[in-house]
Amino acid sequence: MELNRRRFLGLTGAALGAGALGKPSRASAARAYQPPPDAYGCLVDLSVCVGCRKCEQACNQVNHLPEPERPFDDLTVLDDKRRPGPEAFTVINRYYTGRRDERNQMAPTFVKVQCMHCQDPACASACIVGALTKKPNGAVHYDVSKCIGCRYCMVACPFQIPAYEYHDPLTPRVRKCTFCFERISQAGGKPGCAQVCPVEAITFGKRSELIKLAKQKMADDPGRYQPQVYGEKEVGGTSWLYISREPFAKVGFLKLPSQPMPHLTETIQHGIFSYMWAPLSLFALLGGAMAVFNRKRDQGEDRS
Amino acid sequence: MSAHSHAAPLQGKTRFWSPGALVMAALAITGFMFVVARYIGGLGAVTHLSQSHPWGLWIGVDVASGVALAAGGFTTAALAHIFGRHAYEPVVRPALLTALLGYVFVSLALVVDIGRSWAIWKPMIFWNPNSVLFEVAMCVMIYTAVLHAEFLPVVAERFAHGFKASLANRSWPVVAVAEAAEGLLAFLNRNLSKVMWVFIIAGVVLSCMHQSGLGSLLLVAPTKMHALWYTPILPLLFLTSAIAVGFPMVVFENTLVSASFDLEDEMDILSRMVRITIVLLGIYGALKIGDVIARGVWPLIFDGSVQGRSFAVEVLFGIVIPWVMLLFPKVRNHRTPLFIAACLVVGGVIVNRMNVFLVAFQPPYPVQSYFPSVGELAITAGFIAILMLAYRFTVYYLPVLSPAGKEANS
Repeated sequence: MELNRRRFLGLTGAALGAGALGKPSRASAARAYQPPPDAYGCLVDLSVCVGCRKCEQACNQVNHLPEPERPFDDLTVLDDKRRPGPEAFTVINRYYTGRRDERNQMAPTFVKVQCMHCQDPACASACIVGALTKKPNGAVHYDVSKCIGCRYCMVACPFQIPAYEYHDPLTPRVRKCTFCFERISQAGGKPGCAQVCPVEAITFGKRSELIKLAKQKMADDPGRYQPQVYGEKEVGGTSWLYISREPFAKVGFLKLPSQPMPHLTETIQHGIFSYMWAPLSLFALLGGAMAVFNRKRDQGEDRS
Repeated sequence: MSAHSHAAPLQGKTRFWSPGALVMAALAITGFMFVVARYIGGLGAVTHLSQSHPWGLWIGVDVASGVALAAGGFTTAALAHIFGRHAYEPVVRPALLTALLGYVFVSLALVVDIGRSWAIWKPMIFWNPNSVLFEVAMCVMIYTAVLHAEFLPVVAERFAHGFKASLANRSWPVVAVAEAAEGLLAFLNRNLSKVMWVFIIAGVVLSCMHQSGLGSLLLVAPTKMHALWYTPILPLLFLTSAIAVGFPMVVFENTLVSASFDLEDEMDILSRMVRITIVLLGIYGALKIGDVIARGVWPLIFDGSVQGRSFAVEVLFGIVIPWVMLLFPKVRNHRTPLFIAACLVVGGVIVNRMNVFLVAFQPPYPVQSYFPSVGELAITAGFIAILMLAYRFTVYYLPVLSPAGKEANS
């Protein structure tokens, strides 16, 4: 009996340790998540964008967002770096990287910022109630009816995208680009921004096709682009993809690992909680300890 | 576990409204006014939370530190009831009460912190098993219920007899309800001890799960966390630090309560208890220091940054100094130095939780750096004050403390 107990203890301890440390060997078994194969995406060609802010305006209209303080045709807004917020799901930022145009003027690069709609989103993994989900069409969708307002999605997002209505006392919402979920759910529907773009800097389509298109563009015009499709690999891939003339680090893009953000936490969670083996083992272990130690006590060996 | 302890209510032995209790009441009222403001103007009106810093003082202190410091409940229960060290029985009930109140106030702080307070029940219906926060929330919820069950004998012991008699001359429905209640309590008083082992073990298991779970929370954001704290063993560090802080927290609370109610303290038990802390704190410290060495990030401690200094403070004052102090019998056997060592361990865990949730959190596009607002501080202080008042109220009317012989002067 003693041997059995000790062996049980040893095995449980080793298994608990492995679970707690999230050994990679358990990882593949623990995480079965597959990104949607037919996800839509958008490819943004930064070398084409002229910074007209029409996409911001279209986004504002299709999402019924409040009128901005300064109108969309006021381009001095671009003098400051902005972030998407509760009242603007997408913004354009302007960068000067030192490149000069044919008239020797400083040439700007414009960068559209919005939710990247990750293939394996950290926000959806983090969300306590599953209010954020990755839909088969590619959108990372927010269901306000489930949300409790814990803001863990904001903590988790590597792109710092979800924004919060901090001044609403009772019914604040998490706000972010919806990928125009309703519009793209209809045949031929496009996101508002992609539809309106006058220079066709934004191409909407199947993500897998867009990656091919991006590589085709690079092959067709060698030297025009950096040899990287931003979003192809970052955090396990994103539905929004970018190609750029300028190095991505110079125009506000984050250098991110290719491993999906939820990898470690979900490996630990599923490692410990599959069939509740770890809690149940611990319960059994402690129950055994309790029986042993308290039997001694009944025999008058109360140690202290 | 013995059904009847030597614990007794303090009612009549000392007065309730001491000067300290009045200060606590004032803090509680101030905090409450800021809570009202939060429900009028939203979180934005009273906090410094921003789009880049969605979690602040309330998560770092009220929730994360609150849960860690309630660890005295499950560690003493494990020591006395599972490992059969029954000499520690007198500190189990007060530690249990601290844990119970701690979790109630963690939950209340969460109600205030989440944007849609009224929706707090939704995780019970909408499950996301991938979410660490979901696991933590479920464990905290179930464990709070378990703590209530573990505390039930205290209530049953107090009211199992004489409850009916005090209401004897009321009208018959009142008497009938009183009789039913007394019958139930008497039944519980007789039979609870037979099933209590299930709750005690469940309490320890649930604690291990969510104490470590709290450490997993920020592992979902590797690119936003400072390297000194971002480690795959963060859940293990949270668990071992919670276990290590359990007994120092009992010392801290016992010393304060003894002083406040002018009771005999339980130095003999406490000094023996903290010998175990040397081992537990040693394990935590070894893991913590070994981790930064093994990952090769230790030079960041000395790079002059806020993070580096904060890490140094956490390890030096929260682990190394109290650990060395506890090695000396002179410290363990004397009330004041033992209290100081306990405060350092408790403070170290609070600094650790604030470091992990606030200092280590570095958003890529900071809107503004985060520092808690007056409102956030006032609400946190208010919650702690109400917790202490509730503790005082409970030990005043229920048999929690075991006044060891000495008659308190009223």
